[in-house]
Amino acid sequence: MAGIISFGAYVPVWRLGEATKDWGSKAERSVTNFDEDSLTMSVAAATDCLAGLDRKAVDGLYVASTTFPYEEKQAASTIATAADLGTSIFTADVGHSLRSGTIAVTMAMNAVKAGSGKRVLVTAADVRLGSPRSDVERNGGDGAAALLFGDTGEAATIEAQHAVTNEILDVWRAEGETTLRSWEDRFVFQEGYLKAVGQCVTELLKKSGLKMEQFDKVILSAPDARRHAEAVRLIKADPKKVQDPLFGKLGATGTAFALMQLVAALEEAKPDQCILVVNYGDGADALVVKTTARIADVQKLPRRGMKGFLASKKAIGDYADYLKWRGMYSADSGVRRPAASGPSPAALYREQAEVLRFQGVKCNKCSTVQYPPQRVCTICHEKDNFTPTRLSDRRSKLFTYSMDYIAGTPDVPLVISVIDFDIGGRAVLMMTDRDTKEVKIDMPLELTFRKLRLAGGIHNYYWKSMPVRG
Amino acid sequence: MAESIKDRVAVIGMGCTAFGERWDKNGEDLMVDAVYEALADAGIESKDIQAAWLGSQSTAATGQPLAQAVKLEYIPITRVENACATASDAFRNACYAVAAGVYDIVLAAGVEKLKDSGFTGLAGGGGGGTAVSPPTPPPVQFALAAQRYAHHYGMKPEDLKRALARIAVKNHHNGSLNPKAHFQREITIEQALSAPIIATPLGLFDCCGVSDGSAAAVITRPEIAKQLRSDYVLVKGLGLTCGGRQGTLQSQYDFVHFEENVTAAKQAYQQAGVKNPLKEIDHAEVHDCFSITELIICEDMGWAPRGKAPEYVMNGVFDLEGELAVNPDGGLKCFGHPIGASGVRMLYEVYKQLQGKAGPRQRKNPTLGLTHNLGGTPGSFTCAVTIVGGRD
Repeated sequence: MAGIISFGAYVPVWRLGEATKDWGSKAERSVTNFDEDSLTMSVAAATDCLAGLDRKAVDGLYVASTTFPYEEKQAASTIATAADLGTSIFTADVGHSLRSGTIAVTMAMNAVKAGSGKRVLVTAADVRLGSPRSDVERNGGDGAAALLFGDTGEAATIEAQHAVTNEILDVWRAEGETTLRSWEDRFVFQEGYLKAVGQCVTELLKKSGLKMEQFDKVILSAPDARRHAEAVRLIKADPKKVQDPLFGKLGATGTAFALMQLVAALEEAKPDQCILVVNYGDGADALVVKTTARIADVQKLPRRGMKGFLASKKAIGDYADYLKWRGMYSADSGVRRPAASGPSPAALYREQAEVLRFQGVKCNKCSTVQYPPQRVCTICHEKDNFTPTRLSDRRSKLFTYSMDYIAGTPDVPLVISVIDFDIGGRAVLMMTDRDTKEVKIDMPLELTFRKLRLAGGIHNYYWKSMPVRG
Repeated sequence: MAESIKDRVAVIGMGCTAFGERWDKNGEDLMVDAVYEALADAGIESKDIQAAWLGSQSTAATGQPLAQAVKLEYIPITRVENACATASDAFRNACYAVAAGVYDIVLAAGVEKLKDSGFTGLAGGGGGGTAVSPPTPPPVQFALAAQRYAHHYGMKPEDLKRALARIAVKNHHNGSLNPKAHFQREITIEQALSAPIIATPLGLFDCCGVSDGSAAAVITRPEIAKQLRSDYVLVKGLGLTCGGRQGTLQSQYDFVHFEENVTAAKQAYQQAGVKNPLKEIDHAEVHDCFSITELIICEDMGWAPRGKAPEYVMNGVFDLEGELAVNPDGGLKCFGHPIGASGVRMLYEVYKQLQGKAGPRQRKNPTLGLTHNLGGTPGSFTCAVTIVGGRD
């Protein structure tokens, strides 16, 4: 039978919160670092979801977001490559609506049911960028979720699904704009959010013959805590059974929000529990998810999940730093170094095993692991006799480092790290998500997929080192 | 069996411009100044030059700019580029042409015009290809070695900082005695220690000057040299090695020594017959692009035991009056570092020292002088070591 066979999440390490100067609120929200976007978060959630599983078994990838890096150029193909999936797979981007996450889930589920995919991965990610000091900025959050669907070994099944569509301009962002617009609050919530959610849940219950009291958990996407509470009252859900929407800890993460809550619920769920998931955006989606006896086994996979990622956090010191990261405030004080020119698409295409998959090679004669891939072994000079070796999910140790105080980075100093992998091999990488005080020789590190820069109209993605997240 | 280069090539004339922010001169102007000083010193004219080698990292892409500047008429000129060892390698190739006997008198020159770029320092990383390499401008690259050095030898970071500061103070002192140096003022240890950090742990005074400049050498065979002057200088050894990225591919690479230094020195010492370099070499111009580089070089060249260079530095072994004067002209730190000119600039100081013409920086009765260039990054360098001596 078709169902969810694994799940994972990603929450950036950074928080705007009480410890952030000029943020002006006790409530926390998650924030991507300057080198993260929806694509990099999708890679992180996908790898969390696939931890301990065979990545080459994945034969489909649906990527949901309203904040894709390109207008024309698929994100799913980049994510599939960075996650080191195979190339004979079906990839699709699902966008333009906050409902994209549950739409992608429905599509993946249908694909597995129809037999066109055996292991289909869904990721959903968003960076919620409101104007400075706006409600969207205050209540939003950045994050990602991933669900793996398959035809065997399911930890949860989708028992019922219903969707309604509602044509409305309540919250929107036109082509070329980066921050959200919305119409008057009362209109947005009465004619948009509450109306669609109410209609969708009523019709789902009628269609499935289920009653609200039969659900062990109720998950609702909502723009803020107040509307979330209103929706709970509207659909007459028992507040004790409502999944914590994480306002004040994470924030509303757009397309990913409902699915991140679902992942959090699955991390804690017992067998045979019924979960209602309601998502909103240009209408509403409702899903009935039911756990199986396999849930306990899948919970044991080596993922960080929502729990792990939420617990591992660092405070942004100053609200101005956040604005700098988002490019909304520039402290540029003159030319330091020439701006980097754009990469060559031909070179990026040729070197994608090195750049996106972060594969090194292992010499078949002397077993030395080398990164980047070499033609001739640095130790025994064996020629063209190597086995590609994925290093992106390996742990490493800091051999030496430097902090560059005049680098043109939004996050001074730029930390350059020389790292040695646990299976051998060395790499020189930038270090991100670091507190300069914690950087020490021999500290344990992991790799993370990040955006280096936008140059020549190309988003150049690569891997960086970072302190192992707790 | 290959023969040693020892005593087969003589330097008969040298020139070097003042290094610095030469807003008043372009690359051609600098070459004219350096080459004409060298020609006058050798007592020859430009028409006597039969072939030339021009070292330049980014100012000249071919041999032509040298002909265009000096008006050399239809002679072979080769542009040489080999990172920061560029000028030394131009000189080395010129030496081989003379030793082969295919030319009588040739010119080796180097030039760099860095200060038209509009920014301070050299660019690191960059575009082209996949453009994913981390931006590691030179201070960062050598800071990686400094961080590891203290860790490797269990030194307190502040003790290493002090030894590095002592190197900067020494080079500033030497530079203050040199009217052609980019920086000619003394500094104190405290100034060096409290300077802004560029790349942890390297501060402002741990970094060399970024300069414009040019230098040139006229060379020939000793039998011709004898007819032109009595105080010519003889090439004793030429070492050059290139790294193969071993340091970033191999986890056992330690970042506290540079194998290219060790191997290039071995070649040069062997050719020159040097057995005990600390005793036999009188003075050396080495590639102190950063203070930590000079420290490591002193160990790699065999002048201080591993881990002991900080102690030797603090004890003044490498001072102008020390056992082996390192960077008597102020070094890259104070004389300046126009990349493609530096190797020949170093030779200029050694040549003057051996002739007894180094003014207030003059060493007593020097016998052998050495120049050393290192270009690239820890893990993959080009290193050139040149040893020269006075005529027997």
